[in-house]
Amino acid sequence: MDVIEVSHLRKRYRDKLAVADVSFTVGEGEIFGVLGPNGAGKTTTVECVAGLRTPDAGTVSVLGLDPRRDRHGIKEHLGVQLQSAVLPERIRVWEALDLYASFYDRPADWEELLERVGLADRRDAAFGKLSGGQRQRLSIALALVGNPRVAILDELTTGLDPQARRDTWELIEQIRAAGVTIVLVTHFMEEAERLCDRLALIDDGRVVAVDSPAGLISRVEHEQSVRFRPSGPLDDVALDVLPEVTGVTRAGGDVLVTGTGNLVLAISQALAAHQVVPTGMRVERATLDDAFLALTGKKIEI
Amino acid sequence: MTKILAMETKLYLREPAGLLISLLLPLGLLLGIGGISAPDPGDQQTLETHLPGMMTTLAVMTLGFTILPGTLAAYRESGVLRRMSTTPVSPGKVLVVQLLINLVVAVLAGVVLIVAGNLVHGIAVPRQPGWFVLAFVLGSASLFAIGLLLAALVPNAKLASGIGSVLMFPLMFVSGMWMARETMPEFLRRIGDFLPVAPFGQALRDTWWGAAPNPRDLIVITLTLVVAGAVAVRFFRWE
Repeated sequence: MDVIEVSHLRKRYRDKLAVADVSFTVGEGEIFGVLGPNGAGKTTTVECVAGLRTPDAGTVSVLGLDPRRDRHGIKEHLGVQLQSAVLPERIRVWEALDLYASFYDRPADWEELLERVGLADRRDAAFGKLSGGQRQRLSIALALVGNPRVAILDELTTGLDPQARRDTWELIEQIRAAGVTIVLVTHFMEEAERLCDRLALIDDGRVVAVDSPAGLISRVEHEQSVRFRPSGPLDDVALDVLPEVTGVTRAGGDVLVTGTGNLVLAISQALAAHQVVPTGMRVERATLDDAFLALTGKKIEI
Repeated sequence: MTKILAMETKLYLREPAGLLISLLLPLGLLLGIGGISAPDPGDQQTLETHLPGMMTTLAVMTLGFTILPGTLAAYRESGVLRRMSTTPVSPGKVLVVQLLINLVVAVLAGVVLIVAGNLVHGIAVPRQPGWFVLAFVLGSASLFAIGLLLAALVPNAKLASGIGSVLMFPLMFVSGMWMARETMPEFLRRIGDFLPVAPFGQALRDTWWGAAPNPRDLIVITLTLVVAGAVAVRFFRWE
């Protein structure tokens, strides 16, 4: 069942067309990524999904409801973590959770949530005294305190250090395991690749492609390269004759082979036939960055 | 709603500057100026009848023109209201709660001024309590509506409370806060008549000393409340 359906969404601000034409669907229990450079229209798109903005054209349906017309029905089941949303400086962590829990009919146990986002020891701290990462985690907890069926998380790891980022990713995976459908807005390729089941690549207010991370990469992965260090002397010709191989180069003691198809297997067999053992064999694959570059002609700025 | 009320009250008390200014400044002025004896008995009487009502007006004005718009504009600016608008509860409740809290503080300030004036300087308690309460509540509501209007129209918090305090001085002036309106040029008095602060002060003064309020004053106050309130509600944005 599709939990979210967005169809030909369009939204113009006074002087700028933020979203030109965006369509996608999100299935139940998915982690769906909305990926694109700054200013691509990601945030506007999810704000329309969350019912915070009225689209100029197109339709949005969340859990079968229209987020503008049935705001109340939606909000009970939709948790939103906004980029840059804050709380009063002097509100304490537990007070914020307690207050937000009171907004919902069937709230989650916020004490447990506090544990899960790792803020139990900051329970009595004022919001103004929290670090960026702690604010971010509180923000996630607030998005989940209503026991939502769908959570929208906008740029959730921006500004976090690498360790905090990985902790947050783990948290997101736990939340999904609990059955929550997640829409993740991000411009971090690594985050998208690690977490998302499927992704919508957005550029200039349009969807460039919707696919799994692996699917997106395979669209551009015409060539792969394999790097290894041979245990003994090896003639380049031994590899060059293989039909899978398109090029052999050397860099220091390393051999770099480019090619297509099942390159690793072909190389391994050829090396075995010549009684050469490869050490430190590495397959260098295309990344989402490459996919994005190939599909839009742009690099995502970080 | 009760949870929001409890929370906002806690937050209000954690940042007591606004509370203290609106309570202590008028109180200090009342006790200080109230102790001055004027050389002319006529002036003395003007001072005594004039002062308590004006100080009450000052307290309400401080709350309505600086504290209320400052808080609300800051809530909007920093995204507190926007964050709340993603939940099933409307951020409008925060507005209502803020109005309520400030009204309670205004009442508190009024009570403190009446009691302190009476104990220290023997100033009579309002002689028309019913009319006085009506004038007080209506007047406070209308000054708060102006504060709400400021919060609605001015995009940032510092500017909103800044404009509020800048507006306060000319308004206080034409309302006779610094000099008795009786001694003012005719045109200034006319202007004052149609701005809400002078009628508010006048209504408090009338009812304090036993007269019924002038209907024209109550009408100006009510009109301000309705117009400023309606425009504010029309233009207030969560973000």
